[in-house]
Amino acid sequence: MNTIFLYSLAGLATLIHNWLGKFISSELGLHILELAIIGLSLIVFLVLLCFFLGYMERRVAAFMEIRLGPNRVGPQGTLQIVADTVKLLFKEGLTPNSSDKFLFNLAPFIMVIASMMAIAPIAFAKDFQIYDINIGVLYVSAISSISVLGILMAGWSSNNKYSLLGAMRSGAQIVSYELSVGLSLISIVILSGSLSLGDIVLSQQNGWWLFKGHIPILISFVIFIIASTAEINRAPFDLAEADQELTGGFNTEYSGMKFAMFLLSEYINLFIVSAIAATLFLGGWMPFHIGGGPSSFNHIMDLIPSSIWFLGKTFTIIFIIMWFRWTFPRLRVDQLLNLEWKYLLPISMVNIIIVTLIAIMGWHF
Amino acid sequence: MRGLIEENIITEDGEFILNIGPQHPSTHGVLHLKVWLDGETIKKIEPHIGYIHRSIEKMSERLSYRNFIFATSRMDYLAAHINNEACALTIEKALQIEATPRAKFVRTILSELTRLASHQLWWGCTGLDLGAVTPFFYAFREREAIMAIMEETCGARLTQNFMVPGGIMTDIHPNFQQRTKDILEQIKGKYKEYDDIMSGNVIFENRTKGVGYLSKEDAISFGVTGPTARASGVSCDIRKWNPYSAYDQVEFDEILSNGGDCYARYQVRMKEMRQSVSIIEQLIDNIPEGDFQEKTKMVIKLPKGEYYQRVETPRGELGVYLVSDGSANPYRIKYRSPNFSNLSVLPAIAKGYKIGDLVAIMATIDLVIPDIDR
Repeated sequence: MNTIFLYSLAGLATLIHNWLGKFISSELGLHILELAIIGLSLIVFLVLLCFFLGYMERRVAAFMEIRLGPNRVGPQGTLQIVADTVKLLFKEGLTPNSSDKFLFNLAPFIMVIASMMAIAPIAFAKDFQIYDINIGVLYVSAISSISVLGILMAGWSSNNKYSLLGAMRSGAQIVSYELSVGLSLISIVILSGSLSLGDIVLSQQNGWWLFKGHIPILISFVIFIIASTAEINRAPFDLAEADQELTGGFNTEYSGMKFAMFLLSEYINLFIVSAIAATLFLGGWMPFHIGGGPSSFNHIMDLIPSSIWFLGKTFTIIFIIMWFRWTFPRLRVDQLLNLEWKYLLPISMVNIIIVTLIAIMGWHF
Repeated sequence: MRGLIEENIITEDGEFILNIGPQHPSTHGVLHLKVWLDGETIKKIEPHIGYIHRSIEKMSERLSYRNFIFATSRMDYLAAHINNEACALTIEKALQIEATPRAKFVRTILSELTRLASHQLWWGCTGLDLGAVTPFFYAFREREAIMAIMEETCGARLTQNFMVPGGIMTDIHPNFQQRTKDILEQIKGKYKEYDDIMSGNVIFENRTKGVGYLSKEDAISFGVTGPTARASGVSCDIRKWNPYSAYDQVEFDEILSNGGDCYARYQVRMKEMRQSVSIIEQLIDNIPEGDFQEKTKMVIKLPKGEYYQRVETPRGELGVYLVSDGSANPYRIKYRSPNFSNLSVLPAIAKGYKIGDLVAIMATIDLVIPDIDR
């Protein structure tokens, strides 16, 4: 009984549903209440996740930079980020006089909403998914492109020259890199034959696509990691912020909680990108199996809960993206666009053709 | 459109005016650059200086010959020893005395340690300006050790006041030699780390190769000196051409490159660090015994006349021009500071490049703003 509970969290959802049903008779009311519970728990989860990612980033940075990082507030400095959030909460949320006040205040919300919406189709564990929308991959890539709107709004409405330059850069960057992200996602869609993230995970039951899809999928995995790092504006592609050139770029004029919201959305985006990469290429919550290997090994792998598998893969990719940030210098704006249009895009296009060929001929495992 | 022109946001030609500085992370001080942009491309640059002018030259006219030296520690604060040395050498030249052999050796060792520390800081800041934060911490690991030696020997970490007319202020600390040898060993072991994280990085190479080209003719006509000029093929190392202190007793190479771009300037400085290490290694075990200071009068009065002495700071040629009227205070002092001349070339070489390149060019010219304004 215990092991079954570990493997499927569907039981938990049914349990809560039945328990709430005792108190609320109307079907519609029950649905609304459940939606509210899901929404609230999601927001709490994401905020806690961002606390953790903020802490992780600072410790990873410290590790790369031969220093200690936060280690005073709470055990091993874990509460440092809480202290920082409290500080940001009490800071004055300045709105510059010459700014477009409505857009200026709206921009951080758009950023956060766009990031949070993209979490819906992600499968956190077996049978534990908010909404297995049948066009999941398309939905995520569509929602994630809304964030460019937030950056452009923030940059334009600040009425600051640095912010405007940052927004300009970010517009060009996100629109171009979306192509490569999309094409590398499509290569998995071709192989698995479904846009639903749930189905894509299930299609990797006998091996992850990274292993099953030969070298072309390896290439599209690398392209996905590079292009999505650029799409979420993280170093070495953080041209929209570019502290040393544009003194913070699009968020130069923001302070207090409004600034924190940009950080929040950056970390949620980081998580989503890594979760999508883990789901599509590394099998999501599927455990690691050796095909034809000793069954005892595969059985031990099965004992590890599926959520651990999913989070483990996701955080490995997050660590790699953080690793980029603390080791590479920043690209220049023309080099950034050259990288996309001259290298990544042609490679992904050829790659797509090869993947299609593999799928048609059935050469994949 | 008219409104934007009147508010000085764009020009009549539609160029976007951006004020970089006086407070900006990559100007490394209070330098104000007015930049005319076409999109991201730089059309014109106008440096505005004077935000940290402390009138050190005028102040020195009211100070005695012993005291004015220490104001120069605040000029190029990354090369305090070398600035002090330049002034001390000028006074020695006027008095027609020479520092004791022991003082000469210690001066040279301290100058080279200063150069190492300065180049370390420059290396870290170059990484920082190009968006890589980690090199900064790597550089500070070694720089802190050098600063600790300075602290032990002269009591200060940044604005050291150790060089006096006739020699050095006090004798060196007993630990000085051993600790210097330790830091040399440490730095020698880290060259590979530096190259791994910065020099060999493909993004770094793309950001610096072919960027900010300075031709040999331009370097000479703008009066550019130091590693910036040597990267354009101008042989201008004062330590070679006009040896002072113990530089005539050591073997070292003047690093020259014909690249003229940011990458060449970077490589020249990286190789200079190796040369500095080798200079110190030749001297550290051979410091002669004897007095650390030549006897001078309590109140120094220079004979009437004009005196000029130049030294090689980490950023180029520092010249001290001193006019004496025979009294106990200098009549006029003029410093030929390397950063002022090096800054003058920035508008010429940054034109046509992007904002990101401007940051890279400023980083590799290695400007120290208080030295420009004085």
